[in-house]
Amino acid sequence: MSRTSTLRISRRFLRVWQRNLMVYQKNWKISFIPPFLEPLFYLIAFGIGLSGLIGNVRYQGAEISYVQFIAPALIGVSIMYNSFFETTYNSFVRMYYQKTFDAMLATPLSLEEVITGEIVWGATKSLIAAAIMMVVITSFGLIQYPEGFLLLPLAVLGGIAFGSVGMFFTAVVGNVEMFNLPVFLFVTPMFLFSGTFFPIENLPPWAQHAALGLPLTHLANLARAFATGHYQTILLWGTGYLLLFSLVFFPLALLKMRQRLIK
Amino acid sequence: MVYGFSPMDGGSLQVFGLDISRDWRQIKSRIGVCQQENSLDPDLTVLENLEVFARYFNIPRKQAREKAKELLSFIALDHRLNAPVAELSGGLMRRLVLARALINTPDLLILDEPTTGLDPQSRHQLWDRLEGLRKKGISILLTTHYMEEASRLCDRLIIIDHGLILVEGKPEELIREHVGRDVIEISGPTLQLRSFLQSHQVTNEDLGHRLIVYFEDRGELYQRIALDYCREGCVMRTATLEDVFLKLTGRELRE
Repeated sequence: MSRTSTLRISRRFLRVWQRNLMVYQKNWKISFIPPFLEPLFYLIAFGIGLSGLIGNVRYQGAEISYVQFIAPALIGVSIMYNSFFETTYNSFVRMYYQKTFDAMLATPLSLEEVITGEIVWGATKSLIAAAIMMVVITSFGLIQYPEGFLLLPLAVLGGIAFGSVGMFFTAVVGNVEMFNLPVFLFVTPMFLFSGTFFPIENLPPWAQHAALGLPLTHLANLARAFATGHYQTILLWGTGYLLLFSLVFFPLALLKMRQRLIK
Repeated sequence: MVYGFSPMDGGSLQVFGLDISRDWRQIKSRIGVCQQENSLDPDLTVLENLEVFARYFNIPRKQAREKAKELLSFIALDHRLNAPVAELSGGLMRRLVLARALINTPDLLILDEPTTGLDPQSRHQLWDRLEGLRKKGISILLTTHYMEEASRLCDRLIIIDHGLILVEGKPEELIREHVGRDVIEISGPTLQLRSFLQSHQVTNEDLGHRLIVYFEDRGELYQRIALDYCREGCVMRTATLEDVFLKLTGRELRE
């Protein structure tokens, strides 16, 4: 690492973000479909199919319907998926196959600005997806407002957290197949065991503790609290966790990317 | 190192009199780079490639569009503004990479093997453009393995082998100095010829089945060799930069 007396991150990272936005706008009609249909499918399958078997769920001392329980978690999952898959597979394609980063690095952009632009873009995709899903879920009457609006800043925070950890994996994997490891060892278990489809209280105690270490647990928890209007001060811990997670993985992603690309 | 791809392991590096470790952004905004690998953005069209690239330099939108159109007509691609990059041929892509490197009107243009893998037509097209730029007074730093390209385009040439500078100078001067004016290539040389060359102390390179003779006296020697020692398989030609390169760096295959 070279010693530098000028800061390597300026607002110029927005140029990288703009490039991704421009490409996204070219096929936004297709990009809009998954966040629109996904909650519909889940709500129909689980809401109509499963809730008859399950009935109500106890949440914060009250009984809520199963659909009410999972709908906010679906937003949390979508926040995770959108940024994580953007900064893993999509960023990897741009970095490795398209040499887009190489081209950017020959301009006044710094490596840190390129990577920051990518992560912030990942968070933007999380935000877009969350907003679309909110429209769909609101039409089922499953989000309380005004608390529900807190889901939007939550999407940005969650997007930065999962975008950063995704970018970290992109910096360390040798080829695109190796993403299977973080996907099946990190993302898929989270999708299932982070209090998304059942309360983590149903797990044995050791697994409950383990689940508390997962970022999606906190993201889903916060999303549920905001959607149902049940937020309490204890939720600040969840926000703190996501902030801390970002503060660890964001600089780590920058560092590992520098080691990978500048040689 | 000049455009920040490799870290410096020691010493100092200045471009335009500026220190690369401190003023890297200012330096990078004044250079244009054509990388060896195609790094055009396949998600964007021809025009968008230039406009998006201009944004990385903070060039205002209107100015960027004008410059992009001017450059596209310079590389004769102005009829395909909205074509996806993937539809372009290899030669056109290379020209577009050149145009992209010029978007910021650089003071220094860096070209890394710009014509590797191109067909002869495309190569000559690119050379024409580069000569045009040279006439306009842009400094060009070019790396290449093609000696024909180097002698045609370079005012000052450096041959580097394993990281060490072997020679430096104008192409013609290097040829005169290290090989001479003319070269005779003889395939299947006879013993008599070898002893003739040795007795007359003519500089030559012996490759076993092939002899390369370097000389100065405009044809006289060639006449004697051709008439007395080899009626066939004997060719005289003008010395080139390739002779210099092979003589200095050897003929073994490289990693």
